[in-house]
Amino acid sequence: MKRSLFLSLLGLPLWLAAGLAMALAIGQPVEFDNEAQKRQYDTLVRELRCTVCQSETIHESNAELAADMRRRVYDMTLAGHDADAIIEFMVQRYGDYVRYRPPLQANTWLLWASPFLLMFGGALVWWRIVVGRRGMAERPDFTEQERAVLERLRHDA
Amino acid sequence: MKLRLLLPLLATLALLGLLFVGLGMNSRDLPSPLVGKPAPAFALEALEDAERLITEQDFIGEVALVNVWATWCSTCRSEKPLLMELAAGGIPIHAFNYRDERDAALRYLGVSGNPYRTIAYDPRGDAGIDWGVYATPETYVLDAEGVIRYKRIGPLSRQLLLDEVLPLVEKLRAEQLRAEKLREAKGVAQS
Repeated sequence: MKRSLFLSLLGLPLWLAAGLAMALAIGQPVEFDNEAQKRQYDTLVRELRCTVCQSETIHESNAELAADMRRRVYDMTLAGHDADAIIEFMVQRYGDYVRYRPPLQANTWLLWASPFLLMFGGALVWWRIVVGRRGMAERPDFTEQERAVLERLRHDA
Repeated sequence: MKLRLLLPLLATLALLGLLFVGLGMNSRDLPSPLVGKPAPAFALEALEDAERLITEQDFIGEVALVNVWATWCSTCRSEKPLLMELAAGGIPIHAFNYRDERDAALRYLGVSGNPYRTIAYDPRGDAGIDWGVYATPETYVLDAEGVIRYKRIGPLSRQLLLDEVLPLVEKLRAEQLRAEKLREAKGVAQS
């Protein structure tokens, strides 16, 4: 019993190391000339969408197309293209759809404005409710006669 | 007062309408930004002959289809009979053999027939990215000047050919004929 526990404890780091090695293999390539290139690559692979898997970035995806796109980003980065040029290259081939962060343009302004529109709508509703309540909370005006009736009812109870 | 009561109902109906429209939309129907642009440049080995280089110029010259296929792609196999018919009907079809093995591809074509005029061998998907290939099969229509005029992501069907592809090919051929006549007329006028 003890022995098997010991063995499994020994196995755990090995297992984790194997996982790491595999993760590196999937995330290849990893060698860059300088830090700026590595940063650019790391940012770009997280901002481009894998077009066959749709809900993953090319960084996360194991699809072959994603690997091709990663390689292309890597090659272009090493060749000295800046991030905008690489994104432009992908957009020209795959459309705005490849960008996880949509650009602000004629067909996306509603998308960008929607949080603010929703906030404005919410504020409007909230304001109307507050105003409505204020009206409700006003004390009713009773006539002298009604007051006397109320007084009597209270005493009777 | 009545209106205020109706408002939530209207809002719900609007939302349901929006969701209903969303149900009918296919998230895989992506617009191709390449339609209307010239065929992207590439340089690849020919599938049949590693010594021969194929570029986009080999695809250009007359109205033609460009088909992206692979032997591992079962939908490509199922659309192949249609391509054979098109080729027999005189429509030139060029191809990218995408992420495939040369031997397997050649054997496959040898057994089941070859509808393609030129086949560029693209084992690493290099030209694939330049042409904006998502997944096999894909089919482009090029006009005589080499401009991409149509792109289909996914398999062709007889209906699709009759409704969209063949009328377009017809139209582009007419355009080509007109352009040639115009050039001829100009040539005559000059001489």
